[in-house]
Amino acid sequence: MTVTATKAPARTPSGDAPKALRHRNPARFFVLTGLLVLFLLLVGPLLVVAVNAVKSPAEYAGSGPLSIPTSLYWDGIVDFWNRVNFGQKLWNSFITSLVVAVLGVVLSILNAYALGIGRVKGRVWFLVFFLVANLLPQEVLVYPLYYISKEAGLYDNLIAIIIIFTVIQSAFGTYLLTSVYSEFPRELLEAASIDGAGKWRTLWRVVVPVSMPTLGVLFTFFFIWTWNEFFLPLVFLISNDNQTVPVALGVLQGDRMMDATTTSASALIGILPAMLFFLIFQRTLTRGIAAGAIK
Amino acid sequence: MAKQKGYAVYLIPGVLASLLVIIVPLVMTVYISFTKWTGVGDPRWVGFDNYTRLFGDTLFWQSFSNIILLIIAMAVIPTLLGLVLAAVLFDYVAKKFGDRWAGFFRSGYYLPQVIPVAVTGIIWAWILHPSYGALNRILEAVGLGGLAKNWLGDPDYALYSVMAVMIWFQLGYPIVMFMSGLQRIDPSIYEAADLDGATWWQRFRKITVYMIRPEFYVVLITTTIAALKIFGQVFVLTGGGPSNATLVPSYFAYKNFFEKAQVGYGSAISTVLTVLIVVLAFVFLRLQHRAEEQS
Repeated sequence: MTVTATKAPARTPSGDAPKALRHRNPARFFVLTGLLVLFLLLVGPLLVVAVNAVKSPAEYAGSGPLSIPTSLYWDGIVDFWNRVNFGQKLWNSFITSLVVAVLGVVLSILNAYALGIGRVKGRVWFLVFFLVANLLPQEVLVYPLYYISKEAGLYDNLIAIIIIFTVIQSAFGTYLLTSVYSEFPRELLEAASIDGAGKWRTLWRVVVPVSMPTLGVLFTFFFIWTWNEFFLPLVFLISNDNQTVPVALGVLQGDRMMDATTTSASALIGILPAMLFFLIFQRTLTRGIAAGAIK
Repeated sequence: MAKQKGYAVYLIPGVLASLLVIIVPLVMTVYISFTKWTGVGDPRWVGFDNYTRLFGDTLFWQSFSNIILLIIAMAVIPTLLGLVLAAVLFDYVAKKFGDRWAGFFRSGYYLPQVIPVAVTGIIWAWILHPSYGALNRILEAVGLGGLAKNWLGDPDYALYSVMAVMIWFQLGYPIVMFMSGLQRIDPSIYEAADLDGATWWQRFRKITVYMIRPEFYVVLITTTIAALKIFGQVFVLTGGGPSNATLVPSYFAYKNFFEKAQVGYGSAISTVLTVLIVVLAFVFLRLQHRAEEQS
C-alpha cells in the first residue's frame, strides 16, 4: 500500500432501512454518550486552557477554572508574549521547520531515487540503516553532536539544529519514499529515456511531479515534527534569541514562577500555531499517518 | 533490470550526511561508554566499568521499571482502546449517524497529538498543580475536595499522573491509524456477516481485528519505541521527580551528560537504551513479517 493509493476511501453506504430498525435501541444512546464523554475528556483540557488564558488572576482566584470569563482579559497573553519575546521564538521555530522540511524532502528524494528506482546494490541494507537511524534515541547521538557542533562553531546556532533534523527526518522519508518509488510506473521512466532525458532530468521532470502527493505528506510531517521537537533544541539552543517555541515554554515552566492565568496564557500561545497547522494540514495528515504506517 | 547503473551517485549526499549526524556520533557514544570522561580533557579507558556500575545502580533499574508502566500507558492501553474506538466509529457511528460524526470524533481524539510535547507538559503541569491547578479546584467545587492531591509532587501518585497524561496524549494516534486501515475492508464482508446473524462483538473479532493486523503491529511498535524514548513530557511535568518516582532512561542519561558531567556513564545508559530499542524493533518486524506470510 502506498501513499497515493490510500487517497480514495471506500464510502460505506449508510445503513439500509431494515438494519437501522433492528438496531434502534438504547445502545445507540449509550454509545453516543460514551463517545461524547471521551471527547470532552480529551478536548476539555484544551478548552479549560483557552478559557483561563483570557481570565484575570483576580477572577480565577474568585470563581475558579471552570467559570466563563465575565470580561476578556488579554493582559496575561500580551505580558507573556512580550516577556519571552515570543515573536522571535515563533520565527525561529518557523524558519527551522520550513528549512528542515524542504531539505529533508530533497534528501529523501535523492536517496529514494537511488534505492527505489535505481535499485542500487545493497539497497536492503541501506533501507535497514535508514530505518534504524530513524528509530535511534536521540540521547545516543546528542553528546557527540554537542561536542562536534562546539568544535565547528555551530553550537547555539539554528544551523546545527537544521542539519541534524534534516538528516533524522530524511531517514524516515527515505524509508517511506523508497517503497513508493519501487512501485513507480516503469513506462513513464522508459518514455522519458526515449525522449532523451537523462537521470537528473527524469527525476525532476517525471518522478517528482508524479509523486507530489507523497512529497506533500512528507513535507507536512517533517514541518510539524521539527516544530514539536524538544530534546535536541533544548540542548543546542541555549541563548534566548535562538530558542524555539517548545524550548522557550518548557524552560520557563521549569522556573515555576508563574500563576494560573499566566501559565494558561503561555500554554495557549503554544497550542495555537499547532492547531493552525492541524486545521490547514488535516487531510494530508490523516491520509499520511496511515500511509507512513503501512510501509 | 539493465539500467541500474549511475544511480549510486544520488546516494552520496544522503550517505555523507548520515555519516556526519548518525554514524560518527553513534560510534563515538559507544566508545565513550567505555571511558571515564567529564566532557573536557581526554577520555580515560575503563573497559566495562560503566556497565557494571549501571547494572548495580538502583536508579537505572528504577528508570526501567518506570518505563514499563509508561509502555502500558503509551502503547498497550491506547492500542487496545483505540482498536475498540476505531471499530465503533467506523462500523457503528459512521453507519448510524454518518461519516461526518465519525470524522468529528476522530479529529477531536487526535487533537492532543498535534500539540508540542513541551506544551502538553505545561497544560498538565498547570491542571495538576496542587495549589492553583484546575483539577483540585474542580474537585473542591463539586464537593470532592477530599480527593485533591499533589498529583505530580507526591511520589505515590506522580507516575500514575504522568501515565494518565500519556494516555490522553497518545489515544488519538491508534484511532486514526486503525480507522484508515478499516477503509480497506469491503463493506460487503460486514453485510455478509450481518446476514449470517453475527453479533457486533463477533464482527469486531473476526473481521475488524483480523483486517487491521498490519496497522496493529505498526502502532504497537511505534508507540512502544516512543515510550522508551519519552523525554519532553517528563522534563516539563516532573523533571524526573519527586525523589526519582518518574525517572526515565532518557532523562537519566540527560542528567549524566549535562548536569553531572558524567559523560561516560551517560553514554552507557543511552547505549543500553539504543540496543533495547533496536532489538525490540527487529522482533516486531519479524512478527509482522511472519503474520504477513501466514495470510
